[in-house]
Amino acid sequence: MNILVPIKQVPETSNVKMDPSTGTMIRDGVESIVNPLDLYAIETANQLKERHGGKVTVLTMGPPSAHKALREAIAMGCDDAVLLTDRAFAGADTWATAYVLARAIERIGGYDLILCGERATDGDTGQVGPNIAAALNIPLATYVSGIESVDTGRGEMSVWRMTEHGYEQLLLPLPALLTVVKEISFPRLPTLRGKQRARASEIPAWGAGDLGAEADKIGLKGSPTRVVKIESPKVTRGGTVVKAADGPEQAVDQLVAFLRGRDLV
Amino acid sequence: MKHTGVWALAETHGGKLRDVSFELLARGRALADQLGCELVSVVMAEPMPQEELQELIARGADRVLAVEGEALGDFIAETHSNVLCGLIGERRPEVVLAAATFNGRTLLPHAAMRLHAGLTADCTGLAIDPDTRDLIQTRPAIGGNILATIKSPNHRPQMATVRPKSTRPLPRDAARTGEVERVAFRPQWLDGRVRKIGERADQQDEANIQETDVVVAGGRGMKKAEHFAMLRELAGHLHGVVGASRDAVDRGWAVYPRQVGLSGKTVTPKLYVAVGISGAIQHLAGMKTADVIMAINADEDAPIFQVADFGIVGDLFEVLPLLNDRLAQEGNP
Ligand SMILES: Cc1cc2nc3c(=O)[nH]c(=O)nc-3n(C[C@H](O)[C@H](O)[C@H](O)COP(=O)(O)OP(=O)(O)OC[C@H]3O[C@@H](n4cnc5c(N)ncnc54)[C@H](O)[C@@H]3O)c2cc1C
Ligand SMILES: Nc1ncnc2c1ncn2[C@@H]1O[C@H](COP(=O)(O)O)[C@@H](O)[C@H]1O
Repeated sequence: MNILVPIKQVPETSNVKMDPSTGTMIRDGVESIVNPLDLYAIETANQLKERHGGKVTVLTMGPPSAHKALREAIAMGCDDAVLLTDRAFAGADTWATAYVLARAIERIGGYDLILCGERATDGDTGQVGPNIAAALNIPLATYVSGIESVDTGRGEMSVWRMTEHGYEQLLLPLPALLTVVKEISFPRLPTLRGKQRARASEIPAWGAGDLGAEADKIGLKGSPTRVVKIESPKVTRGGTVVKAADGPEQAVDQLVAFLRGRDLV
Repeated sequence: MKHTGVWALAETHGGKLRDVSFELLARGRALADQLGCELVSVVMAEPMPQEELQELIARGADRVLAVEGEALGDFIAETHSNVLCGLIGERRPEVVLAAATFNGRTLLPHAAMRLHAGLTADCTGLAIDPDTRDLIQTRPAIGGNILATIKSPNHRPQMATVRPKSTRPLPRDAARTGEVERVAFRPQWLDGRVRKIGERADQQDEANIQETDVVVAGGRGMKKAEHFAMLRELAGHLHGVVGASRDAVDRGWAVYPRQVGLSGKTVTPKLYVAVGISGAIQHLAGMKTADVIMAINADEDAPIFQVADFGIVGDLFEVLPLLNDRLAQEGNP
């Protein structure tokens, strides 16, 4: 089973600092990591490979430094990696990102399955996976929480997908694209051997020319959306805080009065 | 032909309209009034009773465009996308909205790719620029740390998914009039590749933390799965649903669909109650846009108190039973 995993490098957001004057994120000194939600896609791909053979190829569109994310995936057990990098890709929204990824996937070819993360923790959109499936016209299942079975002979798989009401089971012919949620697997840590392999790996870098990408479909130019303003919402609310130690009944009375004042009870 | 009309996609479940459909009509009504155009509620489902479709008019639609077919009973992304892209190509709406639900966040990116349309995910604010007729979309990003404003100036239709519970439905107005237009499902829309072959309910119950007015969430401070019974009782009094921090989910005290935060769900309820949750930035990312936040935590320095409108510093095992008793007496069943 040949599996492709598009991954994204994102800023580590656990301690984001905002510049209050500009309302933008301070990127200096912010570490880049593999999108945490992509680790589940990487792990799932590696497990499928272990069970059914084949190989796992990770790819990312990003700045030249994004090869670090690819090497981390190799250290976790992925076999090959492709970096999609070109100044002309800059400023891409999900549409233009998916266009480039789809062109690269066509060039790689010979795949049975594409696994994407549920969403990237920076943009929080979760659009790129369905975008790629549409661009390639291959079957799609989103928010996949479990793989029930894979029949490589028949070329189909059955998966569980999250819905508002629980889960539903879908049967998809391969090749197909899945976006996966955290519930699907438990990512393993990189191994020492994997890290060595990662360091030694040659990672090809493809640009717009290599992909035969149309100029009006890539980067800012190919992106229908424009971010026109960024602001940082106020975080602290400065609410009332009471101490149960000063009398738990009183604290609860105050709380109930507060809720009543807001029409919440 | 110029693009005109605001479309709001209705969602159904088991042959019934879901509440998010009405919330979306409230959003769509405001935009259509500003643009001076028709608000169309688009239903793609198995055949529905006339009264159910009429309800969409009572809730703000000028027209109901109902595409009905057995093939639309299950949500199959490709088939629904064929219908939507087909209709958009023929009728050319200016704005297309869907709820930011599992299906909405699947269907819209699929269709937007094919249409080369701009799509903004999970919007919490929508307005119209009167000069350009651009849809001004606001949405939280980077774990809620920023609020971005996004437009698609050169592409039509302008598409957006809208966060459930980020607005209220309009009151029902039975006197409103409008047309229900039924469109037969066309065979060429059917994409038979993917099939739904089963389903199962969330282990806990049917309720969904993203579509409730009140979320009562527990964290590691709850100490044991059994103690979540106290949260379910509180949720009962407040007509809410139980959620959890990642720590609580990782320990198996709640199922993953109940996880709030960066790697779980983002919720915007009227009231969020955090019990025994420290308020790590990844947790805050999923709940800090709630209208009212209440916290119970033993540690007065817990970051959750910085975002709380009302906090109690204390032992939850003392405070929760008292609170539950009080609310029971108040006659909150
Ligand atoms: C990439 C990434 C993604 C993440 N995604 C998420 C996510 O989606 N959601 C999420 O929640 N977390 C997420 N986390 C984890 C997050 O950083 C925290 O570890 C987690 O939220 C902590 O959960 P908690 O508040 O339940 O536990 P703790 O931080 O351990 O807090 C427990 C709290 O309970 C209080 N307490 C203990 N006993 C009592 C008592 N008897 N009475 C009252 N209070 C008591 C303590 O004072 C403490 O504040 C993520 C982390 C990473 C790195
Ligand atoms: N620049 C990128 N390069 C490779 N994969 C990406 C990129 N952006 C997004 N993805 C994939 O698409 C998923 C959803 O991302 P997003 O739509 O940006 O939230 C991610 O989890 C990745 O699997």
